[in-house]
Amino acid sequence: MSTTKITLAKGLNMGLRKAMEDDPKVLIMGEDVGKLGGVFRITDGLQKDFGEDRVIDSPLAESGIVGTAVGMALRGYRPVVEIQFDGFVYPAYDQIVCQVAKMSYRSKGRSKMPMVIRIPFGGGIGAVEHHSESPEAQFAHTPGLKVVACSNPVDGYWMIQQAIASDDPVIFLEPKRQYHADKAELDESATPDPLFTSRVVRAGTDATVLAYGPTVKTALKAAEAAATEGKSLEVIDLRTLSPLDMGPVFESVRRTGHAIITHEAHVNLGMGAEVSARIAEECFYSLEAPVLRVGGFDIPYPASRIEEDYLPDLDRVLDAVDRSLDF
Amino acid sequence: MSHHGFGPDLAEVFGPSQQDGGPELVQLLTPEGERVHHPEFDRDFSAEELRGFYRDMVLTRRIDTEATALQRHGELGIWAQLLGQEAAQIGAGRALRPQDYVFPTYREHGVAYCRGVDPLNLLGLFRGVDHGAWNPNDNNFGLYTIVIGAQALHATGYAMGIQRDGDVGTGDPDRDAAVIAHFGDGASSQGDVNEAFIFAASYNAPVVFFCQNNQWAISEPIERQSRIPLYQRALGFGFPGVRVDGNDVLATYAVTQAALQRARDGQGPTFVEAYTYRMGAHTTTDDPTRYRLSDDVENWKLKDPIARLAAYLRRNGLAEDAFIDALKVEADELGHYLREGCKALKDPEALSMFDHVYAEETDEIAAQREGYAKYLASFEGSHA
Repeated sequence: MSTTKITLAKGLNMGLRKAMEDDPKVLIMGEDVGKLGGVFRITDGLQKDFGEDRVIDSPLAESGIVGTAVGMALRGYRPVVEIQFDGFVYPAYDQIVCQVAKMSYRSKGRSKMPMVIRIPFGGGIGAVEHHSESPEAQFAHTPGLKVVACSNPVDGYWMIQQAIASDDPVIFLEPKRQYHADKAELDESATPDPLFTSRVVRAGTDATVLAYGPTVKTALKAAEAAATEGKSLEVIDLRTLSPLDMGPVFESVRRTGHAIITHEAHVNLGMGAEVSARIAEECFYSLEAPVLRVGGFDIPYPASRIEEDYLPDLDRVLDAVDRSLDF
Repeated sequence: MSHHGFGPDLAEVFGPSQQDGGPELVQLLTPEGERVHHPEFDRDFSAEELRGFYRDMVLTRRIDTEATALQRHGELGIWAQLLGQEAAQIGAGRALRPQDYVFPTYREHGVAYCRGVDPLNLLGLFRGVDHGAWNPNDNNFGLYTIVIGAQALHATGYAMGIQRDGDVGTGDPDRDAAVIAHFGDGASSQGDVNEAFIFAASYNAPVVFFCQNNQWAISEPIERQSRIPLYQRALGFGFPGVRVDGNDVLATYAVTQAALQRARDGQGPTFVEAYTYRMGAHTTTDDPTRYRLSDDVENWKLKDPIARLAAYLRRNGLAEDAFIDALKVEADELGHYLREGCKALKDPEALSMFDHVYAEETDEIAAQREGYAKYLASFEGSHA
């Protein structure tokens, strides 16, 4: 077994490269994805090796990028579209929810949309407005789309390849503040978990903390801190937001009786609302406390000098854990 | 003089008449049915071709009038009429080769007919039994797109795929392919159409943008969409634009064929503005008497695309009684087929609503289907 130490950015880059090598129909489209390698360098070196016809630098028009990718997919290609920042996805929103999401349904399955729309999402990088948003609920609310969020380098490598291989359109969320943060060991010969599954990333017995994308790291830190106080937190990385894989969540909550979900997106009608409702429906008699949500406030993403107050951090997660356990 | 204080009077921009299309209009057959010639787009038509165009337009009009009647009888929820636009659609539809691909909006019944799509499938969509029952890849004719202009981007992307497949500029007439995107004058205001122009120009994609300027986007007139003739916009995007008489099937055919060939040869996009008029309502729910003058409609009646070709055929001895009689029988048979076929279209099974949401179905959808099936089954035998 040979392993490499990689960042999330590197894992995604390697995964994209592998997918392009394995299938000549895979194309990358987006703003600055070619010579520059993307503003986060996720597509670094790919145009040099696969050419301008497969790594396509686009005009600055998000609806155009997604809309032409629809046509490419109808012609038999597997486009991987990069939206440069989360807040820029909205000009493409109509194409994504009205066209990409519905193509299989309206064509009775005759026209598939094997498209991946990569979106660097979330805050914590000190950016100006429109660069730190968490739009996942908008897409998870849309039938026909599948929505996943990776949280670590190894998942980045595997999940991007799995998303590209899927015959369904996948909104692929990448926690941008993790791109170059931590390194992990990648074993390319390993067998990855299936794409649309959640995973217990830390076992525990007192309460279940649910997270995805950037807040997985926050949840794990919280679990570490709680352990020093003698509290055992189980942490589940949801990984898939649509469909949700609630099996491991129900199993965990039935054991712990306490559930806390944390995400950067606004709490109101966010993923936490859906997860909480499903837990209530399935685990009502096991619950020792209401399901609690720790998320972004219901305000537009604030100016970056105060974003640390907006973003759910270790202390806010621990506070919720205490409230749940003290209930 | 400015009539509202901002810029010139629109009449100054467009000239006193909104109806003649201006001197730039490409025409091969006048409204009186006289054959005229054009320095760039002229070509010869055989008697068989001319009768074929006539037959296509007559049958297309029959599809439209039958569907309109079926809507009036409550058999269709709604119908988007094409009355008056038969020449624009048949001219464009007949210029296509089998390997070309069509991205239609929701009014392309004549183009669908040219591609061999069963018109009953069009009725199914407007009756509400499905979202379009034809397989897009059987006839290279995409599903109707309701969101205005969205398909212009799909067409452009598909054309970029053709480029990558190497099916452009090989010189092989059976291989080289082009894409045609149909949309209306209203769609020319949409961002997606303008983005499609930019992508198509930037990548030199083999796509023809075919706009049927029927003068009205529901109640909004063309003056509300553009201060300049639409075809002139193409120049600003870096490719040619042509305005053709959309009520002249010969000219529409010739211009579209040239644009498609240009695309197939690898010379990139063309914008074709087929200058025409929507004689009917936007859809059967619309009331055009609220927003337009009957004088305009009466004037456009004089430009009827079928009548002018009929005049030409008669004058040249190309429409014998036998041909006209046989066509009448054929049209009546088509009408009968549509009336009976429409009423026989079955409502889909309720549980089919869960099908094909995804190519790879999720457990969530499967569980909802199963749950609803159980719910429905719980009523069985309870109503007797």
